[in-house]
Amino acid sequence: MKRLKLDQFLSKLGEADALEQIQGLIEALRDSLSIDHVVYHWVSADGEQYGFGTYDPVWVQHYVDQEYLRTDPVVLGCFQRFHPVDWKRLDWSSRAARAFQKDAIAHGVGNQGFSVPIRGPNGQFALFTVSHTAEDESWAAFTQARQRDLILIAHFLNQKALELEKGRTPQPIHALSPREVDALTFLGMGYSRGQVAELLSISEHTLRAYIESARFKLGALNTTHAVARALSEGLIIIGGAARAASGTWPGRDPKPSVAAN
Amino acid sequence: MLRYLTAHQLAAYPLLRDSMFRDRAAQFRDRLKWEVHVDANGFERDEYDAMNPLYVIWELPDGTHGGSMRFLPTSGRTMVHDHFADLLDGTEIRSPEIWECTRFCIAKGAGSHVAAALMLAGGELMRAFSLTHLLGVFDARMVRIYNMIGAAPAVLGSMGEGRDRISVGLWQFRARDRAIVLRRAGVTSDMSQYWFKRSFGHAITRRCVA
Repeated sequence: MKRLKLDQFLSKLGEADALEQIQGLIEALRDSLSIDHVVYHWVSADGEQYGFGTYDPVWVQHYVDQEYLRTDPVVLGCFQRFHPVDWKRLDWSSRAARAFQKDAIAHGVGNQGFSVPIRGPNGQFALFTVSHTAEDESWAAFTQARQRDLILIAHFLNQKALELEKGRTPQPIHALSPREVDALTFLGMGYSRGQVAELLSISEHTLRAYIESARFKLGALNTTHAVARALSEGLIIIGGAARAASGTWPGRDPKPSVAAN
Repeated sequence: MLRYLTAHQLAAYPLLRDSMFRDRAAQFRDRLKWEVHVDANGFERDEYDAMNPLYVIWELPDGTHGGSMRFLPTSGRTMVHDHFADLLDGTEIRSPEIWECTRFCIAKGAGSHVAAALMLAGGELMRAFSLTHLLGVFDARMVRIYNMIGAAPAVLGSMGEGRDRISVGLWQFRARDRAIVLRRAGVTSDMSQYWFKRSFGHAITRRCVA
């Protein structure tokens, strides 16, 4: 997936305010990744499930009816770790797990999967999964190349799920801390990263951590997007004089400074 | 050698696990006089150990603990935010690309190469899982060790004085640091890659550059 497409996905996701819109976006994402499935799955401590994705609804209902949540090595494995994991690395040794896998493949889930565990506020647990029917090698190449995008998508979807499901707890992390507000304000005013770091008396690499953190809280793919969103939500205020000032507004920076690590 | 173990996997290494929690009691309670809880077994364990963290452990030839550290993602609950928010000036650093690293512990008598090996492991995790930073809590002695290894964190805030000083800081992955840290750890790049692969089942992948 090209950066631009991910950009579009995230900006549409940011605007979405209904579950149906997200469903449409997920389907488009699956198509652009050229894989069988993309799924988001939130599991509450009480075992209640919530999610959206491209699995056959018959499989989803079957999963609930069979209480596969108790058996599914992907859910168990993701609960125990927080780094992305290829399904092959999980424990499929029990008879129940193997039967589950057979059933899943029969329902078109695919023989390959890659899941990103998500740990949200207040012990929230969810997972984001991509699955496909493929050989080991091509699947490994796909997941290696897309890992970072998938991690970001996972967490942005989770932020959106927290936002849409207001009845549920916890609330999404949204509030920017004072340092993050300062950093985005100065960047929005056109100061370079070096200047902002100096203004805040911190190193550039510390500044980068503040920006990363603010970007995540705002569901933004890059710094420009984060500044724009913070502005539109009234989280930062940039005066008229500053807006007129010439300088390096982050959006004019030809290389996406955050995306290109 | 380095082992990367989830809390769940730790159960398969009882000697390594128990000696780690005892060494943590020796470092944090006995040496640093931190107010940590030590149970009847002499294990220093806290609530974050119950939150499915990831441990990186240096295992000595006899199977016991030589040094370790503990990771949790900053998207969820972390020790830094729960206990050291004051040091961060109110900033809650939250990002799927930043993990917190706490309980950096070196067994008594373990050489300085152990600290370097742990730093190396931190860098390998950053490379493997597309992390931009590690957010750590450390004591004064560790600051000197990090400096000596050549991978000093940017300190965001500190409290206490002298050897009681506790700091919160950030590490960023820099490719050039890896060579330095490998040398200080006395580990070859291949060995490190092998240890990683043995734990995670896949190679340390190149970070995806847009």
